[in-house]
Amino acid sequence: MSVKDKVVLITGAAGEVGRATVNRFLAEGAKVMMTDLNESSLQDFAGTLKGDVAYLAVDVSKLEDNQKMVDATLERFGQLDVFIANAGIEGKIGPISDCSLDSFRLVMDINVIGVWCGLKVVVEAMKDRGGSIIITSSGAGVMGTANMMPYNTSKHAVIGLMRCAAKEFAPFNIRVNTVNPGPLDTRMMRSIETGYAPGAETAFQNTLKQTTPMGRYGRPDEISGMMLFLASDDASYCTGGVYMVDGGNAC
Amino acid sequence: MFDFNGKTVLITGAAAGLGFSCAESFAKAGARVALVDISAEAVQQAAAQLDSETLAITADVSCADQVQAMVDQVVGAWGGLDIAVNNAGISSTLEPVAETSAADFDRVMAVNLKGVWLSMRAELNQMLRQNRGTIVNMASALSQRVFPGASFYVSSKFAVAGLTRTAAVEYAETPIRINAVCPGNVTTPLLESTIEDLDALASLHAMKRLGTPQEVANAVMFLASDLSSFNTGTLLPVDGGWTAQ
Repeated sequence: MSVKDKVVLITGAAGEVGRATVNRFLAEGAKVMMTDLNESSLQDFAGTLKGDVAYLAVDVSKLEDNQKMVDATLERFGQLDVFIANAGIEGKIGPISDCSLDSFRLVMDINVIGVWCGLKVVVEAMKDRGGSIIITSSGAGVMGTANMMPYNTSKHAVIGLMRCAAKEFAPFNIRVNTVNPGPLDTRMMRSIETGYAPGAETAFQNTLKQTTPMGRYGRPDEISGMMLFLASDDASYCTGGVYMVDGGNAC
Repeated sequence: MFDFNGKTVLITGAAAGLGFSCAESFAKAGARVALVDISAEAVQQAAAQLDSETLAITADVSCADQVQAMVDQVVGAWGGLDIAVNNAGISSTLEPVAETSAADFDRVMAVNLKGVWLSMRAELNQMLRQNRGTIVNMASALSQRVFPGASFYVSSKFAVAGLTRTAAVEYAETPIRINAVCPGNVTTPLLESTIEDLDALASLHAMKRLGTPQEVANAVMFLASDLSSFNTGTLLPVDGGWTAQ
């Protein structure tokens, strides 16, 4: 399952899933362009890394930033083989009736429009050689969640986006799939726990663990294993797929 | 590359097609492979082609005693069972539901559903005793979509998906993970004997081609490896974009 010498562009690289993915791909000999909204966090992370890696601060919701990150990747590495559209935010926890227009739009701008901006520019850079595109969706992309409508909707939407892109890009030998993590031990889940149960985070977490068949949260490095599989040529017949990594939650 | 050095793998329907491709791949990755098939001659020939420690076991997966004996033989020879790939499957006669026969129903369900259930039951009992192991079932894109004329095959694969998910949840808090691969149409003897117009079949997939057995074996190895440690009850598509449409 080799990604050796493949050039990988990843958004949201400074988050835990992003970091675990960068670590795994570098360990496997890939070359990585990392992007994130948070430049200082990227810089700190880059300082810990060995391997052929570069970074750029990017706001994925801006089309011109997406163009810049693709240009920077081509300039540095000469090609683009794998695009991991991983940047996303959880938005505010609360009922649909309390959700403001701005707060819904912010989530959709980053989680959906941001992914579309990436696809739009990446396909041009990948067209001649083929490649693999992986979008981070979520367990919340295949079932409803109360009090988390913007995030849930956005994660459903990227599955639609992925399926359209899989059909459109198949003639260019570009594969497009989503990875759908269940609850993970990450900052995002800490924020969600606090949003649902301020002051009672541990009890909330225990309930969520109990409803996950494996009885635990996943680790970011368990998501990066699926990313590696889908990025590699081993997955050459995999496109248009929703790849759950959820401890059995979707059963 | 995957490393299955020292692991023991049991594969049903291993004499040809997807099963043989899995057997070759696990053998290349260092595993000891028990090939199981209903045809004694075919499974011995298949095992002889592999450059690794193998067992060639003749068993009808729809027969409980033979399934138990196949697991017992692996455990007797190698002391345990790390990975089971329940792959044995047959196609149904292509005809609309109104024209189908009870005999064909029983024939298809006996192998595709009862065979997977019996295999899982015997494997799970062994894996629970040793407190480790992982199971990969061969479902199909036809566990998610229908194919007119293939009602029994489709029904059997929907059922395998349900069986996989139920068992996955039942054993999720043990170290045993249970998942399935859902291939699209792949160039195998089974497919080539069932379908005449392979070009029309290829056009069903967004990639406009059929898959290769190796591409399915890759996914099986991923689910059998520690890379997929948070995966259980997953139906992993390998279908060239068929079910995306």
